[in-house]
Amino acid sequence: MPKNCLSEERTLERDVSRRDFMKYCGLLTATLGLPLSMTETVAAAMESARPPVVWLPFSECTGCAESLIRTTYPGIAQLVLDVISLDYCETLMAAAGRQAEEALMESVEKNKGKFFCLIDGAIPTKEGYGMIGGKPMLEIAREVTSKAAAVICVGTCSSFGGLPAAKPNPSEAKSVGKALGISTINLPGCPPNTVNIVALVAHAVVLGKLPELDDLGRPLFAYGQTIHDTCPRRANYEEGNFAQAFGDEGHLNGYCLYELGCKGPETHNNCSRVKFNQGTSWPIGAGHPCIGCSEPDFWDEMTPFYVAS
Amino acid sequence: MSQRVVIDPITRIEGHLRIEVEIENGKVKNAWSSGTLFRGIEMILKGRDPRDAWLFTQRACGVCTYVHGLASVRSVEDALGVKAPNMARLLRNLMLGAQFLHDHPVHFYALHALDWVDVVNALKADPKRTARLAASVSSAAASGARDFEVVQQKLKSFVESGQLGPFANAYWGHSAYNLTPEADLLAAKHYLDCLQMQVKAAQLHAVFGGKNPHIQSLTVGGVTCERDLSIDRVAHFLFQLKEVKSFIDNVYVPDLLAVASFYKDWGAIGGNSNFMAYGEFPQTDSEPDSLFLPRGAVFDRNLGNVVPVDPSKITEHVKHSWYEGEAALHPSKGETKPDFTPLNTEDRYSWLKAPRYDGHAMEVGPLARVLVAYAKGHEPTKKLVDQVVETLAIPPAALFSTLGRTAARAINTKVIADAMMDWTTELIELIKKGDTQTYQAYEWKDGTGMGLNDVPRGALGHWIQVEDKKIGNYQMVVPSTWNLGPRCSSDILGPVEQALIGTPVADPKKPLEILRTVHSFDPCIACAVHVIDPHSNEVYKIRVI
Repeated sequence: MPKNCLSEERTLERDVSRRDFMKYCGLLTATLGLPLSMTETVAAAMESARPPVVWLPFSECTGCAESLIRTTYPGIAQLVLDVISLDYCETLMAAAGRQAEEALMESVEKNKGKFFCLIDGAIPTKEGYGMIGGKPMLEIAREVTSKAAAVICVGTCSSFGGLPAAKPNPSEAKSVGKALGISTINLPGCPPNTVNIVALVAHAVVLGKLPELDDLGRPLFAYGQTIHDTCPRRANYEEGNFAQAFGDEGHLNGYCLYELGCKGPETHNNCSRVKFNQGTSWPIGAGHPCIGCSEPDFWDEMTPFYVAS
Repeated sequence: MSQRVVIDPITRIEGHLRIEVEIENGKVKNAWSSGTLFRGIEMILKGRDPRDAWLFTQRACGVCTYVHGLASVRSVEDALGVKAPNMARLLRNLMLGAQFLHDHPVHFYALHALDWVDVVNALKADPKRTARLAASVSSAAASGARDFEVVQQKLKSFVESGQLGPFANAYWGHSAYNLTPEADLLAAKHYLDCLQMQVKAAQLHAVFGGKNPHIQSLTVGGVTCERDLSIDRVAHFLFQLKEVKSFIDNVYVPDLLAVASFYKDWGAIGGNSNFMAYGEFPQTDSEPDSLFLPRGAVFDRNLGNVVPVDPSKITEHVKHSWYEGEAALHPSKGETKPDFTPLNTEDRYSWLKAPRYDGHAMEVGPLARVLVAYAKGHEPTKKLVDQVVETLAIPPAALFSTLGRTAARAINTKVIADAMMDWTTELIELIKKGDTQTYQAYEWKDGTGMGLNDVPRGALGHWIQVEDKKIGNYQMVVPSTWNLGPRCSSDILGPVEQALIGTPVADPKKPLEILRTVHSFDPCIACAVHVIDPHSNEVYKIRVI
């Protein structure tokens, strides 16, 4: 078995200090809601062979894959070279066409029952509305997921149908779970935060099992509370301080955006705690109401966005 | 009203594209480009609140995030007759600029480079000679022999692990790869560096956009992020911009020149004749006069005559697309019903429509922008184009090619990065003056609106009809439809179909050369390419990444 590249010896060889590595493991441990005393366990788990991962894109916009590559601990290069074996990912892989399909099938057969299948995009079920290499997306999904250790839906489209499934759903798009009649782990969000994607992968690698989920298949470590529960503007809500229009005094003062249509009270996610892009910001921080993008059918249920629900 | 359908542009860009070519005597003789995914965002938008449209349309593409959001708010503002304040204009320009600074380098390294760079060959390189090569092309940091040795070692132990992941099963060792092992190692290191850099470039979006991908600070009438106009946020933006700009100046542009010097023959392959740019980055509220990058069209490669763009001359054709009928209509009048039939290159073979300008197929994107700007005397563009042509010692006509398209992307990026430094200074001056209004209130009214934009992949137009505070009709004509659409009513080939003709293919089973031209358009999608060898009638399935 190839030695994992994050062992101390390999780590030094790669100019990544043990300290940085432990810092990364500590961050993963914290994101997963585990006691920090488990950091050593996390580190040890990261030293095994790289688990195989295949990423299938269906009716999607690639925003979810783009979100993943914004990761910093580990960076995408470290993630791909040192942590997982990304055997199929159309956005990044060098192989093309037949050779790419061969790489997919080889990994699926060789790692039957052991690989993680990540999917972004809903599955169009109307005939001819979504094909890859002449094959219907539905068929590819069925074939690959039936051999996976776990199916992880990255983003709202694969989790719940998302944008292509919004009314009138022209391509009769469905979530992976509904299209195939299987259980999936769902990481909704449009796109989901890279911190949560990596944390889920880490959970599987570290603990060798999948995290506790809510009744919609969402990991509780990220989706256990609503935006409203942890919103830094919550005090304004309690005190009745509301922005009434963009650019008004309340908006300038950072008051609650509920009257402008904020869907935070109905939306389960950890945006306010982890923020996006290395903690740079998040939508409510940028003065815009939450649109509820990690909830099922939000394109229909949460619209019109700029009207208080 | 009949049902109106326009192909979801995501399918054109992020969906699944199929290219079919016919090869004769080692060269492409005929080509067909097919989009094979349909989502129907325009159908979904009908009847909804026009203010919400930008959040839907931004999801047309997660790679070229932001741009469909901007196009949408511009079209709604046009329909309602509202002008966003000056500060909102500036912040929108900075966010669009940030998109270019992320998108173009990521395309060059992550999506295009492996067509030119043989990573396995880099294992044979001498790190000391690589360092000397690096020093001769740029003053980039972290370019010593030890730096290259570390990367080479990393690649080596990765290969030895036996788990090749995304590098498995590629065209390594193909005869069309021309770089020396040292140049391959230089580019391989920068491939990894770019993956780190793009995280920082994306932060530029998040500073004023809340997050990336899919920013969330636009709104019809302006932007919502006036609280981010604080000194710490502006400093974050400025210094992050400087860091990204340093990568563009010291790594991206020098690498482009270094790699291009090995592939000058590609200055005669993959060219088109007609080009169109809508122009971008309004410097005041007057368009197109104040656009930093100018609007215009060039026909028959005649740079002596840049024709003004008249949007009423745009039509979309469906003769070869999976829609009923054969009418060619203006986007604001588009009337189409999806009608899938098995793919047939003699008949209908794509979910993409074929947009035409005055009946002509037009290439859009970096090369079109650069040519129009050059021809109109845009000084920063002119200076860089002249430098590139001189450094590579190629005739100016070599720009009409796959090589020119890829070079233009780097030129465009640098011109925009330089301008963003000035715009950031302007932002600071506005803050000093207290001119920080970011939102303009408006009244509802019925009407039609148009938003013309030039985004990383080219000319992007959104058309909206507002009726009783609802969306009556919505149409998007996106860059990849212009570039990758099928034949039109008159059977004129689309730009990528035309560009592929004449492309040499050394081995039909490994059509690396076709990927080069297709990728040079930055379709940024997974495509299925079918190559037919007329002698054996064998069909090889190739997916273009």
